[in-house]
Amino acid sequence: MKNSGRAAALFLFPSFLFVLIFSLVPIFESFRLSFYRMILTLPWLGQKFVGWQNYLDLLTDPVASHSLLTTLIFVTVTVPLEVLLGLAVALVINEPFRGRGLLRAVVLVPWAIPSTVASQMWRFIFNDRYGLFNYFLFGDQTELYLAPLADPQLALGAIMVADVWKTTPFAALMILAGLQAVPDELYEAASVDGAGGWQKFRRITLPMIKPAILLAFLFRTIDALRVFDLVFVMTQGGPADSTNVLQFYGYKKSFAEGMIGAGSAVSVLVFFLALLFALLYIRILG
Amino acid sequence: MIGALSLLPFLWFVLTSVKSAGQITAIPPQIMPAFHADFYRSAVSEHGLFRYLANSVIVAGSTTLISIAIGALAAYALTRFRFSWARSCLMLLLAISMFPQISIAGPVWKILSHLGWLNTYQGISAAYVSLSLPLAIWILSTFFRELPYEIEEAALIDGCSRLQALRKVVLPLAAPGLFTAAILVFIHAWNEFFFALIILTNSNLQTLPVGIALFPGEYTMPWGEIAAASTMATLPLVVLTLLFQRRIIRGLSAGAVKG
Repeated sequence: MKNSGRAAALFLFPSFLFVLIFSLVPIFESFRLSFYRMILTLPWLGQKFVGWQNYLDLLTDPVASHSLLTTLIFVTVTVPLEVLLGLAVALVINEPFRGRGLLRAVVLVPWAIPSTVASQMWRFIFNDRYGLFNYFLFGDQTELYLAPLADPQLALGAIMVADVWKTTPFAALMILAGLQAVPDELYEAASVDGAGGWQKFRRITLPMIKPAILLAFLFRTIDALRVFDLVFVMTQGGPADSTNVLQFYGYKKSFAEGMIGAGSAVSVLVFFLALLFALLYIRILG
Repeated sequence: MIGALSLLPFLWFVLTSVKSAGQITAIPPQIMPAFHADFYRSAVSEHGLFRYLANSVIVAGSTTLISIAIGALAAYALTRFRFSWARSCLMLLLAISMFPQISIAGPVWKILSHLGWLNTYQGISAAYVSLSLPLAIWILSTFFRELPYEIEEAALIDGCSRLQALRKVVLPLAAPGLFTAAILVFIHAWNEFFFALIILTNSNLQTLPVGIALFPGEYTMPWGEIAAASTMATLPLVVLTLLFQRRIIRGLSAGAVKG
């Protein structure tokens, strides 16, 4: 193959154009806008340079700092759970047995379901008068029934349950791919040396799938930082801002209040948070 | 056990869609539905279920076609041409795919607004194409890399241009890969909610996820209709998943672990 940078550029051009206009330009534009005051729906009012003001406002807004905290709690609870459960699921569906293909497909179903459908479904399950959640807890004693989505103590937990259900399959798939890459000879050699099941898992499986596990952590963390759909449908950030995660907060700032400058400051914050986690994981991986 | 946990919550929702109104709110919950089609009827006639369905088909379909077409060109160049910045391109794509949506949402809205493309099929599809290109290019690159170069080389020596070689030799051989990437892009576009919510504010153009999220009803939720619409929105995906489980798993791991 000869050096063919120019031909490559030609082939890459259409993709590059899309990515440039709808991903690269917007990310820089978000940075720029975060230093301006501007109303999204009233562009003719113009944009005024305000320096770090949007960031200062963010720092002093108790709703914003609470939103950051909520997001971090959400990430630190759901992601380890999803990866751990995902590991368990992956170990099961990696074993050869009758109907394994079918089980793999079934495990994929929560991943494939549209997130707004999953949100409505869990909202129905958590219903305060006839939801399955209450029935399993209290049976016929309807006077004890809880309203998880209307209770600031429970709402975030309910959303976490829905998220774990929806995204554990993805973590499982990442780890399954790692498991499939472990050569059988390693296990055979270990058996010859008299290693037990647990030892094989500790000394062979875990070290071999470490990169896959870390990748599952990385992908899930980045995705959990931008949780939005579940919150939008199940609680609208409430009650009392108890589920007001950053992406929902930023969405409201930009698109409900139209304060695109302030919203962009949130965008930049979420961006750097994601970047921070990405660098952290890459550090561990490399 | 794992299978039950995955499937039962959704099955419950599917059963809900064919119950009668009284059964939905019954305590203790009734498992056997009355098999009424009423909720489907009213979801179609009163809530425009078919309109949402048609919009979803158009948007997800065109997104898939365009992403795969131009993504195949890019992936071919990245795997078959030798140039110094190929790896940087793939890394850049990976980085872009990790952008939080909120980080680009405002400017994307502004750009589409300038183009007059808010509330249009081309507007939402253009945004989706750029969102799904990183995934499509990564998966396609993995598949292209596995194809033997010799056949293609023979075609090039016989006087085929690069484009002809791609079309006549590589694409037919990589058909399974194209199909895998297409399924994944289609599922993503079919399910996407955030951008659809901000770009499609006209209910005549909204896709299924938006329609389902914004189902009207403040005090008494029309659960039967929501369950009916949800079942309709999910059925194509469940069928795809059951049929192509192996491809989906392969595609997802190609997109991620090989990095």
